[in-house]
Amino acid sequence: MVDPILSAQNLTKSYAPEQGCFSIELDVWPGEVLGIVGESGSGKSTLLRLLSGQEYPDNGSIQFKTRDHESIDLTEATESTLRYLGRTEFGIIHQNPRDGLRLRISAGGNIGERLMGIGQRHYGDIRSIASQWMREVEIDPGRIDDKPLNFSGGMQQRLQIARNLVTNPRLIFMDEPTGGLDVSVQAKLLDTLKGLVQELGIAVIIVTHDMGVARLLADRLLVMKNGQVIESGLTDQVLDDPHAAYTQQLVASILQVN
Amino acid sequence: MIPESDTYNFAYLDEQTKRMIRRGLLKAVSVPGLQIPFGGREMPLPYGWGTGGIQVTAAVIGEDDCLKVIDQGADDTTNAVSIRRFFAKTASVATTEVTEDATLIQTRHRIPETPLVAGQILIYQVPIPEPLRFIEPRETETRKMHALSEYGVMHVKLYEDIAQFGQIATAYAYPVLVNGRYVMDPSPIPKFDNPKMHQNPALQLFGAGREKRLYAVPPYTDVESLDFEDHRFEVQSWDENCALCGSNDTFLDEVIVDDAGSRMFVCSDTHFCNRRQELSNG
Repeated sequence: MVDPILSAQNLTKSYAPEQGCFSIELDVWPGEVLGIVGESGSGKSTLLRLLSGQEYPDNGSIQFKTRDHESIDLTEATESTLRYLGRTEFGIIHQNPRDGLRLRISAGGNIGERLMGIGQRHYGDIRSIASQWMREVEIDPGRIDDKPLNFSGGMQQRLQIARNLVTNPRLIFMDEPTGGLDVSVQAKLLDTLKGLVQELGIAVIIVTHDMGVARLLADRLLVMKNGQVIESGLTDQVLDDPHAAYTQQLVASILQVN
Repeated sequence: MIPESDTYNFAYLDEQTKRMIRRGLLKAVSVPGLQIPFGGREMPLPYGWGTGGIQVTAAVIGEDDCLKVIDQGADDTTNAVSIRRFFAKTASVATTEVTEDATLIQTRHRIPETPLVAGQILIYQVPIPEPLRFIEPRETETRKMHALSEYGVMHVKLYEDIAQFGQIATAYAYPVLVNGRYVMDPSPIPKFDNPKMHQNPALQLFGAGREKRLYAVPPYTDVESLDFEDHRFEVQSWDENCALCGSNDTFLDEVIVDDAGSRMFVCSDTHFCNRRQELSNG
């Protein structure tokens, strides 16, 4: 019996009535992709910030299982523990790569930062790992010394993924990873993501309002509205046979291009 | 009541200000390398000219002290001369250019070539005390990074150097780890001087006037320059010797001597250089 890697009980963070998220219960198992969908203001991003330890909840608990099978309650962990987990066990992919990258530091330096942060002190090793990861996310390793400032949006987003995966995190948080990219670049990025997730067997929590992204990447879905989870289940199940009225609307709203 | 007077208080600053700075310095000495905020005062010289160093000097100087002031190693440049005269006038202390005779040495950008001894105090003028500032503009964040020893980004800076120039090209303000705990900016001294900070018998105090920070390296403290396993910390070296005294193991300045572009290399530490010339002339 495998335990969930992350498990939240009664998670509540309230900014105002119906703003924030309320009494959320969820489990994430190792190797699965959990999608969180819902409209703007439904509490998706708040939930993600709580789960990734970037914010403390008003109520509830979040149990995280570390590499060493230790169980940590993120709601009671010190900031230093949370930041350490953030560098070693978590990866956070921001919607805007500018928030997740250092634009004036070379691509190699961006990928190497987490390695140096956990004590890697061999320049040659850092560099070869960095170029290996650039190949992995399909950026030409010849651009290792270029600054991400001069990269395209899609390349920046792929670099952000490499920067996060370099320390072999076990749980990745993504907030609208394809937002702001054009459709063909989105497809390419989703392809890369899907490949990496399957290859590395990492757990992913992905927040999106794009049903296409959810269908392609997520194994399970949570649908949120007004800060509450109104429906959950396997992705195909939820999208093909939505029960809640809101979910039906959401599914029906996908543009059909024929 | 403090009696009114026509003259400045001893060493210019009032006694309460000096006490405040000394309290900050005590804290700084207790936690080597940690930056301590202090209520920096307006001084009668512009920020960037040594307002931090001059306040520290004013706080620790006593009637029996003998003061030496250097600017880029030289005793005879404008900044050095005027700060020395400032204390001669406001504190009536003895001043000197001889490193061994000085009990207090205020410095801008150099550590004297003559080894310091126990009992001496070296006071640095610091423009930017925060070594993490280049990568993190938020003070709240850099404080947190110091508190949690999150120093990975310091190596990112060195990584960028090697990636761009093939070697660690940082030549001054080279970051150091003090007492195995805090990463510190040693002020813009050349990295040539970094090894002199390690286990130095003298007390080293740092004052940043504009940023209002104090920090310190107590005597006999470990000061380690950051580096990579395969790109070690190295100090500068020169192919030439000092043109005036012939020294081959000191920090040399390159000086252009005429309109034709002729140049020569001379010691930046004027006292050390003059001494060697006197000795060789007999």
